[in-house]
Amino acid sequence: MSVWKDICSTDDLQPDSGVCALVESKQVAIFFLVKEQAVYAIHNYDPIGKANVLSRGMIGDIKGEPVVASPLYKQHFSLKTGICLEDETIAVPAYPIRIANGRVEIQVSTVGIAKGSAYEGAGA
Amino acid sequence: MTKKQSLVVIGNGMVGQNFLASLVASHCKDNYHITTFCEEPRAAYDRVHLSAFFSGKTAADLTLVDDGFFASNGITIHLGDKADHIDRNNKTVTSAKGITIAYDVLVLATGSYPFVPPVPGHDRQNCLVYRTIEDLEAMANAAKSSKVGVVVGGGLLGLEAAKALTDLGLETHVVEFAPRLMAVQLDESGGAMLRRKVEALGLQVHTGKNTTLITDGAQCVNKMCFADGEELETDIVLFSAGIRPRDDIARACGLEVGPRGGIVIDNQCKTSDPAIYAIGECALWNGMIYGLVAPGYAMARTVVADLAGEQASFTGADMSTKLKLMGVDVASIGDAHAKSQGSLVYTYQNGASEVYKRLVVSQDKKQLLGAVLVGEVSGYGTLLQYCLNGIELPENPDSLILPHRSDESVGLGPDALPMSAQICSCYDVTKGAICQAIEAGCTSIGALKAETKASTGCGGCSALLKSVMDCELLKHGIEVNTDICEHFPHTRQDLYNLVVVEQIKTFDELLDKHGKGRGCEICKPAIGSILASYWNEYVLANEHLGLQDTNDTFLANMQKDGTYSVVPRITGGEISPDMLIALGQVGKKYKLYTKITGGQRVDLFGARVDQLPHIWKELIDAGFESGHAYGKSLRTVKSCVGSTWCRYGIDDSVGLAIELENRYKGLRSPHKIKFAVSGCTRECAEAQGKDVGVIATENGWNLYVCGNGGMKPRHADLFATGLDKETLIKYIDRFLIFYVRTAARLQRTSVWMENMEGGLDYLKGVVIDDKLGLCEQLEQQMEHVIDTYQCEWKTTIEDENKLKRFRHFINSDQPDDNVVFVEERGQIRPADDDERKHFKMMEVA
Ligand SMILES: Cc1cc2nc3c(=O)[nH]c(=O)nc-3n(C[C@H](O)[C@H](O)[C@H](O)COP(=O)(O)OP(=O)(O)OC[C@H]3O[C@@H](n4cnc5c(N)ncnc54)[C@H](O)[C@@H]3O)c2cc1C
Ligand code: SF4
Ligand code: SF4
Repeated sequence: MSVWKDICSTDDLQPDSGVCALVESKQVAIFFLVKEQAVYAIHNYDPIGKANVLSRGMIGDIKGEPVVASPLYKQHFSLKTGICLEDETIAVPAYPIRIANGRVEIQVSTVGIAKGSAYEGAGA
Repeated sequence: MTKKQSLVVIGNGMVGQNFLASLVASHCKDNYHITTFCEEPRAAYDRVHLSAFFSGKTAADLTLVDDGFFASNGITIHLGDKADHIDRNNKTVTSAKGITIAYDVLVLATGSYPFVPPVPGHDRQNCLVYRTIEDLEAMANAAKSSKVGVVVGGGLLGLEAAKALTDLGLETHVVEFAPRLMAVQLDESGGAMLRRKVEALGLQVHTGKNTTLITDGAQCVNKMCFADGEELETDIVLFSAGIRPRDDIARACGLEVGPRGGIVIDNQCKTSDPAIYAIGECALWNGMIYGLVAPGYAMARTVVADLAGEQASFTGADMSTKLKLMGVDVASIGDAHAKSQGSLVYTYQNGASEVYKRLVVSQDKKQLLGAVLVGEVSGYGTLLQYCLNGIELPENPDSLILPHRSDESVGLGPDALPMSAQICSCYDVTKGAICQAIEAGCTSIGALKAETKASTGCGGCSALLKSVMDCELLKHGIEVNTDICEHFPHTRQDLYNLVVVEQIKTFDELLDKHGKGRGCEICKPAIGSILASYWNEYVLANEHLGLQDTNDTFLANMQKDGTYSVVPRITGGEISPDMLIALGQVGKKYKLYTKITGGQRVDLFGARVDQLPHIWKELIDAGFESGHAYGKSLRTVKSCVGSTWCRYGIDDSVGLAIELENRYKGLRSPHKIKFAVSGCTRECAEAQGKDVGVIATENGWNLYVCGNGGMKPRHADLFATGLDKETLIKYIDRFLIFYVRTAARLQRTSVWMENMEGGLDYLKGVVIDDKLGLCEQLEQQMEHVIDTYQCEWKTTIEDENKLKRFRHFINSDQPDDNVVFVEERGQIRPADDDERKHFKMMEVA
């Protein structure tokens, strides 16, 4: 069952950058692309650097795929799927997210975890 | 197996040593027992750079002999022992110390001695020459009690010696017999231009003067009297009136010598006795003595090849030269005096910028025979190639020396050069060798330099090398992609220019006009940095925020566990006890791990993102400001304690360091920039390992540039000497902004300079001589940066909106539970994986 959970106002997001939200004891990195008015959500834990930092990475695209670069060792994670572009056997969970009436909403319970998630960080 | 033969080399100077090195590198090295006699008290050293002795180089720095060279190659060297005579009948050499060695092959490399005209009084006190390290020591000694120095001889060496006397602080004169300076290389107008230039630098020149007597002076130690009745008082007389080959030992054993001296050799460098070779400045080939090192090396190569049984001959050498004399660029190629039959001359003279150029071409205007350049020598490489390779000249040969706009190319297309064309004359690298290296995979100037040594000597060929490389790469279809990333088909420098020319203020605007996609972590920070260097706006302003690397976004350095370190600025490393206590109290209150950095400041580790604003509020209240340790920007200006306390200190290094750090703090740049200032040449601040290093000397500040430590350390290059503070700062302003404007992304100053066509000399041209006419702009831009400085932390903690970002969660005040510390040596450190698991279990339990 999919439940949209209210997280924050769009004003709380950072333009073309990320923030981290605590959703059902999970750390979720939320990115906001201003031009497209698009939001993406993936887990905040960098499985390679082993720290909760992805929300503080830089975002951009690689051949059109929206990505975040880990601020620790610069690997790219797809914002859509959470898959690591440098090593496709590694991925972080990606979550459905939307903007409704100026609010940011997210689903975490029924997560469509991308294949082979390596996530095993704190709180898991 | 045949018995080894005995090979004896007389003279271990530049050419003798080069011969030994080539011999032991060849396959015939095992055929010989090698012995060498070396008259001087030390083995071969770099005579060409002898003058560097006065800028602090030691005899050890100048050596040409690798550690253990003689021992590991089984060569016996008799140091400080002069070969006294040769017995050709018994084939032996006997030394002054009485050692006799039999030889099968003998090589004479005895060099030359400075000619001292037999003027009465030429052997008086303080009458010196300029050839060996001992000569220079004598000169430095004499200079201590002298005020005036005269150099007899206005040739290349004379002017170099005059520079040394000037640097030693003497009032310096040059007395020349000929009617102009550098009579051998320059024509009359070129000589006159050079004269005006060196006179402007404080040298007094007297041409057409014939010295008749040296005697007691009234105010000085000596007095020189000239044929025209004039007199000149001086303490030091330095003879630099030409060289004479040292052929006495050859003469005494009956070898053929020239009418005016020199051991006669043939094309294989054999003397009139086929068992004896002569090479270097003692040898006379085709009636010529070559007073340069490169022809000597060519002779040495010829002898090695001859011994190895290969076909080889010495067929003369080019005497073209390009050098800087007293800071003036001078070059001469081939028949500079238009002595060839029917030759035609083109001259270009610009009195205002003091440039003189002359071309000598053949009657049919098709061949370049010679050239003279004074004041502006950038065309040297191209002209030399025309001349050496007999390449047909363009229709209007004068286009080669007329000033041209930078977008027109008049250079010689590298395609026109034959494979045998010598590109680098210092290391004798041909175009063929360069092409080969490119085939083997060298696709950058740096790689080519490492592989072929081309352009690592005087650097005069760097522009030519680059054009050969570009042309070859193009031919091979190797595209040199210099695009910064997939989003912008431009280099960093292009992007910088676009920002400036179109006055672009945001990333989005630049992306709309010149890029595609959304950008990435490569182009965003690079452009963020360009915008910051040019406009110097607050880096966390909304339109710039997304461009900053995480370190810049949070104005702190992220560590492995996602926490940050905090580094307040401590200018010049000077800090009062009160400030130190304040810093300690902050560290204690927030339980931060504390460590002293290599840049003389304090790093506080383990701050969570939500703690940063609180920590900074307290630091700012205590009087600290951001240290920009997180940015690609000026980091620190390290200093030694300098003249205020140190007994050796010559000037106030701490004071200068603080002033420099305050001036340049906040400047965003392609990569981090580090400075240091030392109070004297003992160099306790290690300034020669920094991007910008300053050292106090008796004559003012010496400026070093483009050094760095790190993964690939590089010694900085001496850029300018004896500067007052105002000039020093002017040069640094220009240097830094030029770097900011033209460097590639994440390129330190060292790599930037090494990849620059023309290297250090070009950089000096831009910064010191204002060759590009840019200096005013560069200074203005620096003024703008300085005027718009702000402490980013102060701006941030005063802005409610910006502070929103400094929380771990947007919707909760909880901290990150993955950040776990344990204690070690009385301070915190991040827990490792095992400790972390343990900790978790305890928490759950
Ligand atoms: C200040 C200065 C600047 C120069 N600048 C340049 C430059 O920019 N470019 C350039 O190309 N050239 C330059 N030269 C010239 C260059 O140094 C010489 O061409 C080069 O050193 C010649 O090498 P060589 O081995 O023939 O002679 P040397 O280097 O003089 O070596 C000869 C050695 O043989 C020793 N010797 C002589 N007789 C005996 C004996 N009987 N027994 C044992 N040992 C003996 C001598 O003591 C000496 O050590 C410069 C020279 C000087 C002095
Ligand atoms: S560099 Fe010189 S002035 Fe500075 S501390 Fe060392 S000795 Fe003293
Ligand atoms: S040397 Fe290596 S380990 Fe030490 S601070 Fe630098 S990057 Fe880190």
